[in-house]
Amino acid sequence: MKLNAALTFGLIACILLVSAPHAEHLPLWISTVCVALLAWRAYLTWGGYPLPARWLLLSVTVACVLAIAVTFRTLFGREVGVALLILLSTLKLLELKAVRDATVLIYLSCFIIITNFFYSQSIPTAMFMLLTLLVIMATWVHMQTGTLALRPRLRIAIVLLLQAIPLSLIIFVLFPRVQGPLWGMPQDAYATSGLSDTMAPGSVSKLSLSDAVAFRVAFNDTVPLREQMYWRGPVLWDYDGMTWTRGNNATLRQPTLSDTSLPVDYTVTLEPHNKRWLFAMDMPAKISISAEMAPDFQLLSRRPVTARTRYDASSLLSYRASLEEPPQQLQRALTLPQGYNPQARRLAAEWRVQSDSPEALIRTALAYFNQQEFEYTLEPPPLGINGVDEFLFETKKGFCEHYAGSFVVLMRAAGIPARVVTGYQGGEFNELGGYFIIRQADAHAWAEVWLRERGWVRVDPTAAISPERIQNGLSSALPDNAALPFMARNPSEWLRSMRLNWDALSNQWNQWVLGYNTERQFAFLTRMGMEEITWQKMALNMLAGIALLVGVFTLVMLRRLAARRTDAVQAAWLKVCRKLEKAGLPRAPHEGPMDYAARIAAAHPDLAEDIYDIAARYASLRYGGEAEQDGLPAFKDAVRAFKL
Amino acid sequence: MAHPLHAVIAQTEQVILGKPRQIRLALTCLLARGHLLIEDLPGVGKTTLAHVLAKTLGLQFQRIQFTSDMLPADILGVSIYQRDSGEFKFHAGPIFAQMILADEVNRATPKTQSALLEAMEEQQVTSEGETRPLPTPFFVIATQNPTNQIGTFPLPESQLDRFLMRIQLGYPDAQAERGLLAGIERRDLIANLKPQMETAELMALQKQVRQVLVSPALLDYAQAILRHTRESARYVHGLSPRAGLSLLAAARAWALLDGRNAAIPEDIQAVLPGVASHRLQSVQDVHTSDGDKLARELIEAVAIP
Repeated sequence: MKLNAALTFGLIACILLVSAPHAEHLPLWISTVCVALLAWRAYLTWGGYPLPARWLLLSVTVACVLAIAVTFRTLFGREVGVALLILLSTLKLLELKAVRDATVLIYLSCFIIITNFFYSQSIPTAMFMLLTLLVIMATWVHMQTGTLALRPRLRIAIVLLLQAIPLSLIIFVLFPRVQGPLWGMPQDAYATSGLSDTMAPGSVSKLSLSDAVAFRVAFNDTVPLREQMYWRGPVLWDYDGMTWTRGNNATLRQPTLSDTSLPVDYTVTLEPHNKRWLFAMDMPAKISISAEMAPDFQLLSRRPVTARTRYDASSLLSYRASLEEPPQQLQRALTLPQGYNPQARRLAAEWRVQSDSPEALIRTALAYFNQQEFEYTLEPPPLGINGVDEFLFETKKGFCEHYAGSFVVLMRAAGIPARVVTGYQGGEFNELGGYFIIRQADAHAWAEVWLRERGWVRVDPTAAISPERIQNGLSSALPDNAALPFMARNPSEWLRSMRLNWDALSNQWNQWVLGYNTERQFAFLTRMGMEEITWQKMALNMLAGIALLVGVFTLVMLRRLAARRTDAVQAAWLKVCRKLEKAGLPRAPHEGPMDYAARIAAAHPDLAEDIYDIAARYASLRYGGEAEQDGLPAFKDAVRAFKL
Repeated sequence: MAHPLHAVIAQTEQVILGKPRQIRLALTCLLARGHLLIEDLPGVGKTTLAHVLAKTLGLQFQRIQFTSDMLPADILGVSIYQRDSGEFKFHAGPIFAQMILADEVNRATPKTQSALLEAMEEQQVTSEGETRPLPTPFFVIATQNPTNQIGTFPLPESQLDRFLMRIQLGYPDAQAERGLLAGIERRDLIANLKPQMETAELMALQKQVRQVLVSPALLDYAQAILRHTRESARYVHGLSPRAGLSLLAAARAWALLDGRNAAIPEDIQAVLPGVASHRLQSVQDVHTSDGDKLARELIEAVAIP
């Protein structure tokens, strides 16, 4: 084992590959310094120059640590830990002197692999890390074997990785899982885009530009129509003339549903969004995880959703919701800020006089949206203080939040209790996986009005202006040149199906690899026939499985070794060699018997006769074609008699 | 049983001083029915060695001095029109001899070189549609100046492979050189040499070489060496199967020369520098061709199974 240029380049490649994904979130200066240090190291190796002096390395290290302390204002935590680890590993390359340093670097590279999964656990990350691991293993094999060429080196590395697969499968399946996600342990508030609990003009249309997945839904049997898929999120009551907010519910009473029919059961896999709300279709009736139901039918989890969460829910498509809404709540649903939007109020007052029932008034309002020159657009012009007035009578261009917001203002002004509901609408069906993908681009806002006999009734003014949005999705409702996320359009059938297949694969990965939690583990093990599962039992099974596998591997290897050792002639010869080795005259691996005998004879003339005799017998048996039954006993006797 | 061979060696060593290993390798090559390439500076005794061997073994000897204006016909022979009989008559070239010294083979053009090498390989000459066998035994000693000298066409690797061995003579040590300088003129010595062996005897020995035993254990070792050259990052290419065959043939001949009827690892190690050095190329220094050093490294890198 010697350090040579090829090995050093291998180690540089290891550190480079394993740190590369971190460049995405580390401060730019750290990435730059690392690349510069690696390039410097590569240059030194390439030119065969000496390594930098100790004092120089030390001062660079101190400067780096200080700079990290200044940048992050701490030396503790995940982000800082990763930054330190990468910088110091890179610096370690610059003091690569002994084989021991190379070993340390190999281990460090393996450790940095793990840190990458703090940030991303997707399939591409896993594949890239597997490739990196292969490079690390190949470098390690290189270190151990010296001059082996690249191809056999890679072959050994691949064989080692393949051998590790059954072991890692056993550990994956049986290792007792802790509750909650391991990676989420240090609670870092990473920003994810998603619905917020306020709504102002532009807040939903901004989301429409993101094709990130919000959640996925698999229906158990009945699949509702697309226009029935209103995924309920935050319900907004309070309006200050500009922004809609949730406010405080005036009641703690559980909402009631009556005259229900058309139940739908489904499973939601929600991507983490750092907020408490869970999404379910209008109107949610049951949910499998512990969550509270707000009086406005909003589902809230106990803690913010920081990890991918899976739950079963059932909804009722036909219902009468909260027929007995307390008067304080209804009063909230009628409140408008004083002094804003006089024109809208006047229009609503006119409608109220003309209409003989609230239903008729709602129809009038929808007809107004439908017949006036309203336009559904992602880029509405900015609005001033009396935003609703400007929108309704001047600009007439808006996205769903404009329509939902102004509709609720009109209703409230006309004396009908109304509120804004935000969430998602529709979704894309993945045929391969048999589930719907709901993306951020599907974000939507609609209205609910309270009618005496029917309770809260959903009214979607967007449907009056742009029915295509509700029936076919966003892309069909917008003009072709509107800026849309690449994925929300239907670029080509081929690309679309590629994307859906990929999503189906990611979904399986999410469900079975990342989502393999305590619950799934228990379910899986029960199906495999394990009874009364406890973590002790799992741990024991795991250890037994590992022991079994290691045992099998050992047996195979021992048998291979045995095949080499059973040669009695060779065994006797090796015995002589061991005797001489103890006397300080070891045989070099490449030394032939006659050469060895000559060397021994030169060193110990008294042994010359014996050793020449033994070597000749050995050569004759092993190479001279002498039959074992003829020569072996005498050879063995000679070996036994041989003494120093 | 190898007595006549001992006499051959002894007589050769009287003329070529201080080179016992090279003499044995040259004889090994001859016994294994291979051809020998000697690569060294002018004046270290390449030609003398060939001459002495031919004389001592009692073989017909022809020396061909290669030059850059030489044509294949100058080696193989040519058919000339006979005015009186009205027929073409083949005039055999210098290659029709039992032992050929192809001197400075890398001075000739590739075309001429390949004519020689084809004749070596086939042991026959085809000219104007007629195939004529070359005499047996047939042994070529080619000499080559170091390839970085001016005015040479270095033999390509594929041609080098046709030679069973390549050896280098090197400068004699001080004692041998003293003997050389003080002694009688080599030319006179050669003239007085007596053949030590009948041609039939030599051919019988060649046949005997083929019967030297190579045990499975030794095949394992040979294969380990071949595999190492193919897997190691030290060499540009690994040794070919033909090189493997050559290695075993040479090891057999070496064993016979040593008076044994079975080859042992030491035989392989003894011939490996000659057999492998012109077939291996180090990755690190392509230009220097210290094949012996490379072969030594190779021996030390492979454990005897």
